[in-house]
Amino acid sequence: MFVGAVFFPLLGACISGFLGRWIGDRAAMWSSVGCMVLAAICGVLAFWQVALGGQPQTIEIVTWMQVGELGFAWSLRYDTLAAVMVGMVTVISTLIHLYSIGYMSHDATPARFFAYLSLFTFMMLMLVTADNLVQLFFGWEGVGLASYLLIGYWYEKDSANAAAMKAFIVNRVGDVFFMLGMALTFYTFGSLEFDAIFAAAESRADVIFMGMPALELIGVLLFLGACGKSAQLGLHTWLPDAMEGPTPVSALIHAATMVTAGVFLICRMSPVMEFAPFALGLVTVVGAATALFAATIGCVQNDIKRIIAYSTCSQLGYMFFAAGLGLYQVAMFHLFTHAFFKALLFLGAGSVIHAMSDEQDIRRMGGLWKKIPVTYAVMWVGSLALAGIPIFAGYYSKDAILEGAIAAGTGLGVFAFACGALAAFLTAFYSWRLLILTFHGAPRADAKTMAHVHESPWVMLVPLLLLSVGAITTGFLFKPYFIGDLQEAFWNAAIFNLPAKAMMDALHHAPDWVPTVAKAVAFSGIALAILLYGFMPHIPKRAAEAVPGLYRFLLNKWYFDELYDRIFVRPLRRLSIGLWKVADARVIDGLPNGAASLTAVASRGFVWLQTGRVASYAFTMIIGLVVFVTLFLLGR
Amino acid sequence: MNAAGFPILSLITFLPLLGVLVILSVRGDAAVVASNARWTALWTSLITFALSLVLWVQFDTATPDFQFVESAAWLPEFGVGYHMGVDGISVLFVLLSTALTPLCILASWEAIQNRVREYMIAFLVLETMMVGMFCALDFVLFYIFFEAVLIPMFLIIGVWGGARRVYAAYKFFLYTLLGSVLMLLAMIVLWHQAGTTHIPSLYELNLPFAMQVWIFLAFFASFAVKVPMWPVHTWLPDAHVEAPTAGSVILAGVLLKMGAYGFLRFSLPMLPEASAFFAPMIFVLSVVAVVYTSLVALAQEDMKKLIAYSSVAHMGIVTLGIFTFNQQGIEGALFTMLAHGVVSGALFLCVGVLYDREHSREIARYGGVAKIMPAYALVFMLFTMASVALPGLAGFPGELLVIIGAWLVNPWVAFGAALGMILGAAYMLQLYRRVAFGKIARPELRRLLDLSPREQAVFAPLIALTLWMGIYPQSFLSFFSATVTQLVQQHQAALAAGSRFAGL
Repeated sequence: MFVGAVFFPLLGACISGFLGRWIGDRAAMWSSVGCMVLAAICGVLAFWQVALGGQPQTIEIVTWMQVGELGFAWSLRYDTLAAVMVGMVTVISTLIHLYSIGYMSHDATPARFFAYLSLFTFMMLMLVTADNLVQLFFGWEGVGLASYLLIGYWYEKDSANAAAMKAFIVNRVGDVFFMLGMALTFYTFGSLEFDAIFAAAESRADVIFMGMPALELIGVLLFLGACGKSAQLGLHTWLPDAMEGPTPVSALIHAATMVTAGVFLICRMSPVMEFAPFALGLVTVVGAATALFAATIGCVQNDIKRIIAYSTCSQLGYMFFAAGLGLYQVAMFHLFTHAFFKALLFLGAGSVIHAMSDEQDIRRMGGLWKKIPVTYAVMWVGSLALAGIPIFAGYYSKDAILEGAIAAGTGLGVFAFACGALAAFLTAFYSWRLLILTFHGAPRADAKTMAHVHESPWVMLVPLLLLSVGAITTGFLFKPYFIGDLQEAFWNAAIFNLPAKAMMDALHHAPDWVPTVAKAVAFSGIALAILLYGFMPHIPKRAAEAVPGLYRFLLNKWYFDELYDRIFVRPLRRLSIGLWKVADARVIDGLPNGAASLTAVASRGFVWLQTGRVASYAFTMIIGLVVFVTLFLLGR
Repeated sequence: MNAAGFPILSLITFLPLLGVLVILSVRGDAAVVASNARWTALWTSLITFALSLVLWVQFDTATPDFQFVESAAWLPEFGVGYHMGVDGISVLFVLLSTALTPLCILASWEAIQNRVREYMIAFLVLETMMVGMFCALDFVLFYIFFEAVLIPMFLIIGVWGGARRVYAAYKFFLYTLLGSVLMLLAMIVLWHQAGTTHIPSLYELNLPFAMQVWIFLAFFASFAVKVPMWPVHTWLPDAHVEAPTAGSVILAGVLLKMGAYGFLRFSLPMLPEASAFFAPMIFVLSVVAVVYTSLVALAQEDMKKLIAYSSVAHMGIVTLGIFTFNQQGIEGALFTMLAHGVVSGALFLCVGVLYDREHSREIARYGGVAKIMPAYALVFMLFTMASVALPGLAGFPGELLVIIGAWLVNPWVAFGAALGMILGAAYMLQLYRRVAFGKIARPELRRLLDLSPREQAVFAPLIALTLWMGIYPQSFLSFFSATVTQLVQQHQAALAAGSRFAGL
């Protein structure tokens, strides 16, 4: 069961990838879905047994490396933290596999797509069940590879290739820090295995490395690694571009699972992070800033998938600052609920795109709600959950995060609350902007597209409906376990909270005005969007014209891409050509080539010396003798 | 260790020469000779490989000593003997050489059409020299093999190479020879001191620090060129570009390892204090190599040149790891050497597949190959990822260990080496994108055929090795461990004893 949950997807990937050409597309697709269903059954059972039953265990498979005192194994670590992720990943991935059967039905090579998708799931499961940092890194890079392959799935499109490369390379920037973090962890703990690290964390709290506490530095390095994967401010630029991939990919990888790996890492390393207050502060600040920053951009984007991508970025910010405040449980809870409603939103968007003959620009949609009512309904559910409206899943987790921010009672907490509340307002605003522009008003697409609009087939609708059930119920069903009264038994020491901070208790004593504010901003955001886009559609336009600088600034995503292009990409390109054409070809090669031509010239000179006349030889000998004697005398 | 008293190492070393004799004795018209030469070379190298597997099975990984030792008097009055033996450092490189040779022969099956007999002879002689070099336990013997490797390689580049083959061959030869002269001098000095050239006896030698420095520099001149380290690397791209595919494979796969092997076999154990003294310089050169050549690779227009530059970057990781003087760093360096032998060899084969079909190495002439040759695209992707050190593939364990080892010495050095992770991904993915992805660049490309059964047979073992080395590297690392442990301990003991260095 524990092994099956992880390895069935790999089996599915192999069947679909290697045998796809022989067994045909249909068989390949359904066999990988079959494998995923098996994995999901195993995953849910594992969740039941480990998380709800409280029986964590570790299955060691085989030694990976043993070099001196550095040793680690391939193994599957099932504690509550891993089990939550395994259950969530396998279930959502199965639904998305199912959805893809419909969505990719007109594609040329669906077998390849399913192979990548299953490979991704396998890598993600390896990541969450890792028992040491290196295996985590294996999954970490593995999901990076799968994401690269899936973003660039339509490899004939240049933009898709560029986006895929960008995703991989930006992720690699983070990975460098992850790698260095591992090196420092080994330096500090003499091991990369979680059990050894966690056991020794407290005793190493005062190790100093390069004038800094080593644990702080580990925390910062790992967080920088997490920033790459989880698209936090600075390393977020790849995520919106990643929407070049097919929509199910965006749902699975760039919303529900992979991008949350960074949050998972921070929670996994909680025993170390708790002793690194500065690193946690950094996590809080960056997370809160990202939450707000991404939300501002989301308000002006026009591509339906990019809006949701920025909202993902923003929600990841919430998770990070929750973790940064020491509320790992709450971060995991938001991660869990977010996975359901964000996958739902993306798949719903996919359904819209499918209906609109691959149109993604919401300015060319409108008036769709009667034609695709199911999609319309599930998009409402997803948006309500995202905005944090009571009863829906997002309400419980987001509320808890905002309450925790105030309960922390620090300046950072207030800052995080301010960013979070503002971002919540903007989230509600752009979600309803999207809903209204997409589904209401007069149709803005051409007649041919509109005539073609149709509801998606049942293989796509069933996952949507199941995910909406998740988006409604996971909040109140799991709240007691994740963050409520049962949390201590549920987490079963998989997450470590410094007892002195007592954050989980403080959470329940947040002032009453906090949830009220959270609800108020969400409703006012919705109201404003309905007012502006539903009833006064000319006002947003005029507002954009009134402050063109700000509008362009937001539309161009704060000019991050242009900035990086100027600072890194172009200078490096110029430097590389310079190094090649000048340093290598002229300077380094110039020396030996010059020496060679010098030799040739000199030998011609010596040929001239060899005249055959005794006198000239004698003369040369005398000169030589004089030189040597002089040198000898001088040297004495 | 050699219980049967059977000279297995000599047999592995000289068996290819037997094949040479057979090939030489073939008579008949050109086609018959060519076909016979191919088959003879293939079978000889396969049998050699099968024999070398005995080393894999019988090698005792628990002891750091030399095993399968053979000794015979050669020039006893000078203290020069015929000594062969392998330890944990060298044994896998013998296997790497014997494994790559049949693949190279198979890869040249159709690509080489003129002077087939001479080509196959050159390859078999090359195999003898490579294996002999890794087995030699006598400095003179080592020197002979070390230098003799140049001759067949020089011919392979100079005769069967591309347009500028003569320039490349001479550049290769002269560069590497220059260093060798200095090594010869150093060797004479060592012999003068010890009265013998038996390598394990030379390990016992305690040289004064000043002499260590000079000998180190002489060795360095030779090994650094062979590695190649920055800034003496420019012969490599030229040699690779002009060499035939199989020549590139063996050049990248085995010949580049000779320099690093020299550092491990001679510089570290014989000159511990000088090695420690010069380590910072090596670190700087290595980090420069990683960053500089990765950047240069980014600008390349020629597939082979790009991979050649990436080799220099990877060898920077290797030299860095060697001079960390700790278990992780050195084992990481050794593992990187092995992995690079497999992966970059395979990448050159990947380029060769396209070159055989289109007779061009220019990146811009390709595009959309993934659509036309899906199996090839998959293989190419695998090795691209192995080259950027994706965990689970061959490149990763070595890089991880070297970075961890380097961190223990100096975090900034580790950071510099880690920058190669980003740049490596950039140039390899750019190469892959421009060759395999995108729209089909030219209509002529549509007629390209996917991998032939022969090519699949060449790639299959390399794919298996790449996965094996990534998923279960322990079966390779276990060979290194005992010897490297001893090396590290002796190094530390020598430094502790060496007051001269401490006084500096």
